[in-house]
Amino acid sequence: MEQKDDEVLGKAYDSQIMKRLLGYVKPYKRYVVLAIMLNVLVAALGPLRPYLTKLAIDDYIAKADHNGLLVISLLLAGSLVFQAVMQYFLTYYTQLMGQKIIYDLRIKIFSHIQKLALRFFDKTPIGRLVTRTTNDVESLNELFSSGIITVFSDIFIIVWIFIFMFTMAWDLSLVTLSVLPVLFYATFLFRRKVRESYRDVRYHLARLNSYMQEHIGGMSIVQLFSKEKREMGNFSSINNAHKNANINSIFYYAVFFPVVELLSSIAIALIIWYGGGEVIQGTLTLGVLFAFIQYTEMFFRPVRDLSEKYNVMQTAMASAERIFKLLDNESFIKNPLNPKPLPVVNGEIEFRDVWFAYKDDEYVLKNVSFKIEPGQTVAIVGATGAGKTSIINLLTRFYDISRGQILVDGTNIAEVDKRELRRHIAIVLQDVVLFSGTVKSNIGLNSSEISEEQIIKAAETVGAAKFITALPNGYNQEVKEKGATLSVGQKQLISFARALAYNPQILILDEATSSIDTDTEILIQKAIEKLLEGRTSIVIAHRLSTIQNADKILVMHKGEIRESGTHTELLAQKGIYYRLYQLQYKDQEITRSA
Amino acid sequence: MHELKKLNKYFLRYKRKLFLGILFILLSNLGQVYIPLLLKDSIDNLTSGFSYDVLLDKALFIVGAAFFAGIFRYLIRMTVIVVSRDIEYDLRQDFWSHIQKLPLRFFQNNSVGNIMAHATNDIGSVRMFVGPAVMYSIDTGTKLIVIIAILLSTSAELTFYSLLPLPFLSYFVYRLSKKIHIRFMRIQEKFSDLTTKAQESFSGIRVVKAYVFEDREIEDFSEISRDYMEKNMAMVKIQAYFQPILFLIAGLSIIIVIWAGGNKVIAGELSLGEISAFIVYLGMLIWPVIAFGWITNIIQQASASMKRLTVFLNEPVEIKNNELTSYVINDYSGDIEFRNVSFRYSENFPLVLDGISLKIKRGSTVAIVGGTGSGKTTLLNLIPRLYDVSGGEITIDGNNIRHIPLDVLRRRIGFVSQETFLFSDTLKRNILYGLDKDNDSEVDKAAEISKLNNDLDNFPKGYETILGERGITLSGGQKQRTSLARAIAVNPRILILDDSFSAVDTNTEEAILRNLREFMKDRTSIIVSHRISTVKDADTIFVLDNGRIKEQGTHEELIALKGYYADLHYKQLLEDELKELS
Ligand SMILES: Nc1ncnc2c1ncn2[C@@H]1O[C@H](COP(=O)(O)OP(=O)(O)OP(=O)(O)O)[C@@H](O)[C@H]1O
Ligand SMILES: Nc1ncnc2c1ncn2[C@@H]1O[C@H](COP(=O)(O)OP(=O)(O)O)[C@@H](O)[C@H]1O
Ligand SMILES: [Mg+2]
Ligand SMILES: [Mg+2]
Repeated sequence: MEQKDDEVLGKAYDSQIMKRLLGYVKPYKRYVVLAIMLNVLVAALGPLRPYLTKLAIDDYIAKADHNGLLVISLLLAGSLVFQAVMQYFLTYYTQLMGQKIIYDLRIKIFSHIQKLALRFFDKTPIGRLVTRTTNDVESLNELFSSGIITVFSDIFIIVWIFIFMFTMAWDLSLVTLSVLPVLFYATFLFRRKVRESYRDVRYHLARLNSYMQEHIGGMSIVQLFSKEKREMGNFSSINNAHKNANINSIFYYAVFFPVVELLSSIAIALIIWYGGGEVIQGTLTLGVLFAFIQYTEMFFRPVRDLSEKYNVMQTAMASAERIFKLLDNESFIKNPLNPKPLPVVNGEIEFRDVWFAYKDDEYVLKNVSFKIEPGQTVAIVGATGAGKTSIINLLTRFYDISRGQILVDGTNIAEVDKRELRRHIAIVLQDVVLFSGTVKSNIGLNSSEISEEQIIKAAETVGAAKFITALPNGYNQEVKEKGATLSVGQKQLISFARALAYNPQILILDEATSSIDTDTEILIQKAIEKLLEGRTSIVIAHRLSTIQNADKILVMHKGEIRESGTHTELLAQKGIYYRLYQLQYKDQEITRSA
Repeated sequence: MHELKKLNKYFLRYKRKLFLGILFILLSNLGQVYIPLLLKDSIDNLTSGFSYDVLLDKALFIVGAAFFAGIFRYLIRMTVIVVSRDIEYDLRQDFWSHIQKLPLRFFQNNSVGNIMAHATNDIGSVRMFVGPAVMYSIDTGTKLIVIIAILLSTSAELTFYSLLPLPFLSYFVYRLSKKIHIRFMRIQEKFSDLTTKAQESFSGIRVVKAYVFEDREIEDFSEISRDYMEKNMAMVKIQAYFQPILFLIAGLSIIIVIWAGGNKVIAGELSLGEISAFIVYLGMLIWPVIAFGWITNIIQQASASMKRLTVFLNEPVEIKNNELTSYVINDYSGDIEFRNVSFRYSENFPLVLDGISLKIKRGSTVAIVGGTGSGKTTLLNLIPRLYDVSGGEITIDGNNIRHIPLDVLRRRIGFVSQETFLFSDTLKRNILYGLDKDNDSEVDKAAEISKLNNDLDNFPKGYETILGERGITLSGGQKQRTSLARAIAVNPRILILDDSFSAVDTNTEEAILRNLREFMKDRTSIIVSHRISTVKDADTIFVLDNGRIKEQGTHEELIALKGYYADLHYKQLLEDELKELS
């Protein structure tokens, strides 16, 4: 029900949030003041015209003054042109300002999210973060570019209309404006209902979209299990709910607009009845009557606008609140104030009594200690959930440890700049991540420090060059969404090549070859040995053949290192590793003896 | 334009409501057009008749006419616009039922975002045509004719002068709203780029952080944002003068009436009442005239959208039942045979499978091994007809699979794809996806075989735990085992496992394989794996190399053959064993 969560609307105005928002307007303060002043001025031009019409009727048409009529007509035209020109500049500059503010804010949010720790990503759906950077910011746009400023303009239009009306005929004004409370009430009611039903529409639209999104992605599952009929049923009911929500909202529009028209006709009828009476009595001129009829048309719009602005404000406040909450979240992996430099690394890694938990004190790693000498290859084995990936997460400071120390070349990694640390380490993650772009950009990650030759070299090393060059556009082949037209192994090879192109001092492979055949794997191993000679590597794998040559093997079990040593040493221990070995190889005895 | 004729069948479904809608429009216009006439009479009464009764009369009539018009305005929306939602619903239903039939090929070559855009934007713009555009064009058309007739009968000359600016207005709106539409589309495109970038960057955050390219990501994102801002400003530029000019042209009409009409009043050719009616009528005309330009655009957009939708709806359903389908087949026992099967992904791509012939007896287990990209997944995908063969044929129980009804074929295949896809629903509903009933004992059984029950402690709400964005994230191994449980739950005759244990540790894998051996006793199973330990017990092992079968036989036979498989086996042996061997 995430969508509904995001739809909670609170106050239309919250001074604290507003203050903070205005902070973003500050650089453009002068624009705002200018815009508001111009608005007050322009607001008078519209209401001025019915007044000029009155003059035309009473002073010139009634008195048969052709020249006067021409002058007043030109005046009317002049005010129209002037208003149009002013309006142009006002719209342009306020929108420009809004766009600039939004741009600043959007980048700020994006950069902030980039800095957040993985712990934050673990518990926040990606979709929600995307909404913050896109839709939430967008709803602030409306506030900045039209909201704040047009509110002033609408208010002043109403004020000017009142001023003109009351100076011309206060009693007729009161009679005419007697429909106003009804209009206000109707508008208020309409806005509320529409808002509710609109929220409903949005909720159902979001449901429809996320259903489609998900099932387009998983269509082959639907088809493989022959569930088209059932899914069609599910789709129909969501589609139907969406339709009904829309039809419900039609009702409010269908009622509201005729009611407004009716009210404006009632106002006109009142003017004719009451004002007409006064004209007959001679206490009112025809011109005034005329102007009043025009004013009734005129004040309906800003009233409707204002109530709409209320909604804009409300949505904007809610969005702003969510955005600020995100910006206030400072769950970063903190860099030390004075980071120790770590320009070169030999690749010595040491874990000293490391304890770690993702949640409170459910320890995932308990008292883990080990040491890797520079240039060594260390393998980690263990069942899923044993904590292998967690060890890697700590070494790269994706998470901070609870207790203990992790040292690289004898330096505690908490004391160095985490980005500098990561520059020495390349990881091939368990889950392949491909970005939109080409094969080349997926290997080189658009880094200016990685040349095309290095990319090709890396691809050749992992044996990916063969299939890449066979692609119609070779290295420049677009990668389809999530690499849909590549085999799974091929995708892994690309992410492997990415790590090599990075030319790291420490290489980490987290089940990086799980979908790659042994032949290719051995080729890669040999090539890496040459390429990364003297560098440290950590390998996590389930296939024992992958890891048997490691200088040291760590056997993890339920968060602890239970055994460590070389392959032969571990077999001799007849512990966990030995049992694992038996599972993988016991049936091969036959062949051995054969 | 003729694209929109395709909508006729939808219109026909709702012809009664639409007919009523048109009737309501006419009736409502009758009321609306009457009001200015009343206004004219009352103002004329103020310059010549001076009767209070007439005033009250006219005032009441105005309210009455407005009420009459209002009732029908209400009914118009409740018919025409409701029909547009009905048609939107129908269109979307047709769209989705077609999408569901499209082959995997289609989904691999079109991004989700692209398909979604059609489902939302294109259907949306067709709806704008079906509803508002139809409503306003009838409304506007009738109003325009009646009002112009009335104006002409009042004063032909004044009508001519005052209507002079309106065609320009219409043309102006037409031109600009076309531009606006184009720029709007560009904004939408950029916005979707923005969304895609954020989505990709956040979901790949581990890689971003590990390779320290946050700065580059921020730079990229800034660039897209800047572009987006520019696209927005391009739109603002138009919008900024669009409205002012609209009001300028419309306002000029009225000023012309005041000036030219005023002179006529002075000359005694027209009454003041007539002038006021004129002004009110002009006010009524301005919107229709604007609407004309706007509607023309909606129609154009809708027809472009309809064209795109038609392309989609004509996207061939490659894989379906056809005249060769023999509906008497309602089950099979699971003897599979490939006869000289070849396959390529499309015309200009190379052969991925070439002359594959193999037999799989019911109840047997076969394994397929082979290098990365050798065609294993492709081969498996042919069995449930995710793709159709390019040459040769595949039979089950001697029937060409193209002749077996599609749902019969697929219903008894348990398919575990190499890349797991789970729905963001509860664990239980994922496991029972292939069944139509809730069945707890099935869940337990399937979870037992796939060893998912070992992890039950990790799921906060047991099998009711929700997966995905709104729930918990499963580890790779857990995902694979859930997907296996889902396949087992359908009680398959043929079980297909495509490298389904790659993320499962050997220990657990061994336990699963032991369970499967029992479960698969009289079912056919096909296993793809890179681990010798997984495939060695298969009845037959096929070695695939570059789309051809290179070796086949039992583990022992293949070892004796000393070919690719023996080599693979040798390489997976550990060094000390190798020493022992020598
Ligand atoms: N949809 C597609 N369109 C075009 N080419 C494809 C498509 N899917 C796969 N290929 C290509 O076909 C070849 C065989 O792919 P397939 O997925 O069958 O390999 P595989 O044997 O399963 O490999 P792996 O062991 O890596 O899973 C590869 O070269 C791959 O790039
Ligand atoms: N991001 C996370 N949030 C909470 N728990 C996690 C997270 N990642 C892993 N875990 C838990 O930590 C334990 C160790 O996981 P992991 O290090 O990924 O194991 P391995 O890599 O050995 O399979 C498991 O119980 C797993 O459920
Ligand atoms: Mg792991
Ligand atoms: Mg595959």
